[in-house]
Amino acid sequence: MKKLLSIFAVVAFAFSAHAGTLDDVKNRGFLKCGVTTGLAGFAAPDDSGEWAGLDADMCRAVAVAVFGDRSKVEFITTTGKSRFPTLASGEVDMLARNTTWTISRDVNLGFEFVGVNFYDGQGFMVPSALGVSSATELDGATVCIQTGTTTELNLADFFRLNGISYEALPIETNDEGKENLFAGRCDVYTTDASGLSSTRAAASNPDKWKVLPEIISKEPLGPLVRHGDHQWGDVVRWSLNAMIIAEELGVTSENVDAQMSSNVPEVLRLLGVEGNYGEMLELSNDWAYQIIKQIGNYSESYEANVGPDTPLEIARGLNALWTQGGILYAPPFR
Amino acid sequence: MNEMNEVRKPPVATTGIIGWLRINLFFNWTNSLITLFVIYCLYHFIPWILDWTIFSADFKYNFLGEQITNQEMCSRNLDPENGGACWAVIYVRFYQFIYGFYPKVEVWRVNVAYVMLALALLPLLYANLPYRKYFLYFTYIFPVIAYFLLNGGFGFAEVSTNKWGGLLVTLVLGCTGIALAFPIGIMLALGRRSKLPVISMMCTLFIEFIRGVPLITLLFFGMVMLPLFLPEGIDMDGLVRVLVAVTLFQSAYMAEVIRGGLQAIPPGQYEAAKSLGMSYWRMNLLIILPQAIRISIPPIVNTSIGLFKDTTLVIIVGILDLLGIGRGTLADTNWLGLSYEIYFFVSLVFFIFTFGMSRYSLYLEKKLKTGINMGAD
Repeated sequence: MKKLLSIFAVVAFAFSAHAGTLDDVKNRGFLKCGVTTGLAGFAAPDDSGEWAGLDADMCRAVAVAVFGDRSKVEFITTTGKSRFPTLASGEVDMLARNTTWTISRDVNLGFEFVGVNFYDGQGFMVPSALGVSSATELDGATVCIQTGTTTELNLADFFRLNGISYEALPIETNDEGKENLFAGRCDVYTTDASGLSSTRAAASNPDKWKVLPEIISKEPLGPLVRHGDHQWGDVVRWSLNAMIIAEELGVTSENVDAQMSSNVPEVLRLLGVEGNYGEMLELSNDWAYQIIKQIGNYSESYEANVGPDTPLEIARGLNALWTQGGILYAPPFR
Repeated sequence: MNEMNEVRKPPVATTGIIGWLRINLFFNWTNSLITLFVIYCLYHFIPWILDWTIFSADFKYNFLGEQITNQEMCSRNLDPENGGACWAVIYVRFYQFIYGFYPKVEVWRVNVAYVMLALALLPLLYANLPYRKYFLYFTYIFPVIAYFLLNGGFGFAEVSTNKWGGLLVTLVLGCTGIALAFPIGIMLALGRRSKLPVISMMCTLFIEFIRGVPLITLLFFGMVMLPLFLPEGIDMDGLVRVLVAVTLFQSAYMAEVIRGGLQAIPPGQYEAAKSLGMSYWRMNLLIILPQAIRISIPPIVNTSIGLFKDTTLVIIVGILDLLGIGRGTLADTNWLGLSYEIYFFVSLVFFIFTFGMSRYSLYLEKKLKTGINMGAD
């Protein structure tokens, strides 16, 4: 028994003294990325069984940065409850699972949010026939609201601040909210704006429904990694930043080869023509070039998955670049 | 005189269709009212459901003759006036529903496993099967073959369980849970009734603990807590963890079901077996258990059906079973809003399996005549 225990202890020690996540990933030959079990526009399996969406692209971008190959990623499905333990126990290398960046998750749970790949926020959806153009006109409305969530508290705050009243119709799930709104049992449905968009897209006649312009809460969604492994955190952070910077510099998957001979110094640094930024990250020097070539820049990923041309029809809004009225901003590539 | 010998027929009102109707549907006025009400409901419901599921439905092409590749092309979304169900989503996603994300080049292995499962079940289902003995040998080694076939090894490329999904996961969970829980449940039931206090207490504790917590809690424990206890780097497969949780859960219930059967065996049977000089195991194997299990068939099938449906809970720990694949499909922007079709399909598949199980248990009950008096008097 004693012998067995000591063997166990040695094995445990051998595994706990392991190298960084980046080396683990490289040795394993593929990235393990935690995603949702299916959320429209963010991560869902397509008809051929490939995961697609904004978060899935984030995972693929990191796989491309490490391996130069967008297929070297294994998607692990996680739910709202299982996502954090799955990351903490090392079953996945990173999470890209539309997770809101909050202080308690960042600090107390021992994770590190490396950036924001989608700025979401709580919004309102009403029937177009209601003739309302702003949430401040919703005095006396019946609101479908998920109980026990932060959305409930945000709603109460918003109506109190604006001095208007509402009647709450408590619901449990998103599906229930959808059915109640479509059946006319409530005038307004409130949840995260991206959720409203997918609810609207699921309607038989989406034009009958309208998402109001007010966003009443901050829900910055971003990829996260385990605390303490800064080298790996840097790889994920700069994979996201590379996509944002590429959009800023006008580098797309189509013109990236032509841009290799650009005369803009930052483009040359980004694509690895100049400097040795890949080496600093312990990646190959063309890592960012490969991300842009194989995944595209942020705008391309956004437009393909959630943008105005998709059924979700989410306008760029806050997610536009800082130069175009949004708050998307990446530190300089130098 | 001849006329007197002729057998008189029973009144028309008590035989044939009319008699059957009278006795079963119009026996008295409450009975007649209920019958009429049900007929009225069916009259409205059946044409509508047939129209929605079959006559107005799209299967592969919409009413314009185009092949449907997303929800906007469904007839019911193009023209809300005439559309029925849009089964094209099932057609396009059929592979995922049946195999999950299993690689296409390796999928023959799953098909072989499905066929072998049917072969392995044959000798269990039909006692009169020719060469049943040899089929049974195959049944015993089937789990091992299936493991290597599905997971890889022995020259097969490895397919990580993360790629499994859909019906494959549902069947693996259901079959393994039911098959493993049966022997474990028998041991637990015998253990709980044991006269050795340590064994009896341990079995009772185990059963009461497992029965006292919901399946979801066990799944969470397996999925979330277990990896935190294991040293880092030692990776226990997610599906295995869920399988362990499901099997533990099912064995506790199975143990109680079988204990119910054991309680019903009259003490005379034990005494008779002992007086013949039989050991504990011989007595149980040859005399007690065959009778106890025979009278427990209905509850055994009951808990098995329950487990089969409960396997859908694994979505909560991030494993995409049949229902999970359905939900994943609903999250694809191409197929948003087709929830009726997808949930209908998933429930149909579940119904086929559970109905088959319940029919089979009826057949078994008839064959083994479980209702007979067991010699209690």
